[in-house]
Amino acid sequence: MGKVKSKNESPLVPVPSTSYIPQRDLDKTPILETRYLGIDFGGLTAVDDFNLTIGRTEIAGLIGPNGAGKTTVFNLITKVYQPTRGTILLDGRDTQGMNTVQISKAGIARTFQNIRLFDSLSVEDNVKLGMHNSIKYSMASGIFRLPAYWRREKVAHERAMELLSIFDMQDMGKMQAGSLPYGAQRRLEIVRALATNPSLLLLDEPAAGMNPSETYELMENIVKIRDTFQIAIMLIEHDMSLVMGICEGICVLNFGKVIAKGTPEDIQSNPVVIEAYLGKKKEG
Amino acid sequence: MKNLLHNKNLRSQLLTYGFVIVAFAVLQLIAAGGGMSSSLKGMLVPICAYVVMAVSLNLTVGVLGELSLGHAGFMSVGAFMGVTAAISLQSAVPAPGLRLFIALVVGAVFAAVVGFLVGIPVLRLKGDYLAIVTLAFGEIIKSIFNNLYIGLDARGFHVSLLQDRTNLEQGGRLILGGPMGISGIQKLSTFLAGVILILVCLFVIFNYVNSRTGRAVMALRDNRIAAESIGISATRHKMTAFVLSAAMAGAAGALFALNYSTVVPNKFDFNTSILVLVFVVLGGLGNMFGSILAATALTILPEVLREFQDYRMLIYAIVLILVMLGTNNAKLRSLFEKLRRRRREEQS
Repeated sequence: MGKVKSKNESPLVPVPSTSYIPQRDLDKTPILETRYLGIDFGGLTAVDDFNLTIGRTEIAGLIGPNGAGKTTVFNLITKVYQPTRGTILLDGRDTQGMNTVQISKAGIARTFQNIRLFDSLSVEDNVKLGMHNSIKYSMASGIFRLPAYWRREKVAHERAMELLSIFDMQDMGKMQAGSLPYGAQRRLEIVRALATNPSLLLLDEPAAGMNPSETYELMENIVKIRDTFQIAIMLIEHDMSLVMGICEGICVLNFGKVIAKGTPEDIQSNPVVIEAYLGKKKEG
Repeated sequence: MKNLLHNKNLRSQLLTYGFVIVAFAVLQLIAAGGGMSSSLKGMLVPICAYVVMAVSLNLTVGVLGELSLGHAGFMSVGAFMGVTAAISLQSAVPAPGLRLFIALVVGAVFAAVVGFLVGIPVLRLKGDYLAIVTLAFGEIIKSIFNNLYIGLDARGFHVSLLQDRTNLEQGGRLILGGPMGISGIQKLSTFLAGVILILVCLFVIFNYVNSRTGRAVMALRDNRIAAESIGISATRHKMTAFVLSAAMAGAAGALFALNYSTVVPNKFDFNTSILVLVFVVLGGLGNMFGSILAATALTILPEVLREFQDYRMLIYAIVLILVMLGTNNAKLRSLFEKLRRRRREEQS
């Protein structure tokens, strides 16, 4: 399985915080920057000294063995957990004291490792819910069906169909989200996240449970999403063909600590990473 | 139009409106033809009130997804405030229809305010805790009305708690007399008004559920973490549904109370809350049509089985158990599913 070619390939260059971002994003404020981020659960340090910078249009990967703290990093960025230490800068602004809802409004959207859709609602409603904060009308215009309701709902419907068409799902609008096949549920979660108009999209194991051809299609779509919306995407994934195929910068986490950062080529040949995944080579 | 009828949601809504209107017309005809016993005739308005209670509680339990055990509290607020408004406007607004309308609105507004105040602490809780706290609030509201005295004289309203210290002037009237409740109510409620109230509540609920705020509430019900991750704030949206539900219960309370000459606070106790919850569970969570049927059937049932009055609660319990067993029975469920699928295939 080869690389998915994007329109704007650019080599990686080091930035001061020992992170790598694509050269084309260098002159813009990074979309996300974490400094010495850490969280303790009781006596257990789940994540420590996590420094990462993500460029405005980068596709970044976060990998590591099971239990390394990858999802915890996502939960810290989206403020499901409040960090014990360190700062998270979103587009250069400190996110201290913000909650999950404010983070979403500030432009971070995510998907979940164990799919979290609104199962009893239709596919279209799931996507429209993503536009909750961008396409607004008052409760009264909703109840009394004032012109604002019809106008905004029409816009929301059209936009929902447009977003669903990225994954060829526009015909599934009326279906109940919970009744969709597994792969379609994963894709719907991405569409719902996109509907919030994010500048950073966090994908937690988007290819889990997909077969190789579905995974390849997903890779193409992730690149397509980045290219059309010009947003940054950070993904956690165990499928190395996906990570190595589309990620520009990769960060490897083990026991809550960053053990390596760099391009896919760097990571693949990094002895520390190989050791973390496969164990230590026997002496002699 | 064909497109509209293919929309499953809309079809079931139109069916519900249609059912209410047809039922009203049929019952009116029977009543006009003299084919209805006077006791049944007297039940038409209470049925309407209980139907409104059931659909409004269904908004909390079915749509919002939180179990509320104090819904009679809001009914009581609406009843006493609505009747107080009706009595104090007796000379100012002679037209009974308009006075009833004002009473319903006043009942709904007061219940909405109480719903908001109760909602502030309650909606921070989840599941069992929320249920128990709403139960407590229902009892608190009952206690308050058992100890509240409201009098009206030339100087205006006089309110006192625990004891009657209203010191009314000559010609004044003690409207609400603590545990004695309100007596000497002029009967304003009519079957037509009750049916209109049902239709208005259905209209509000259906449109609410299919709008931005209602969708957000259902999203929070289905998956709170996901809803917050896409920027939907939990407490604010839950509050809208809770207040809406309380307001409708308030209007139902006013309609209910204005059908009798006397109304006492103990009428709206825990049993009433549970009774309404039985309607909702029996009719199906989130199913407004089911709530209407269940409320109607279970209000008429004891009247029809008057000689078995002592066994009424027993029958309720047995019906409830059977329905619960039935809806949770895998075999019965698959049977219903099969029937539904067959019907769908026939249609297409």
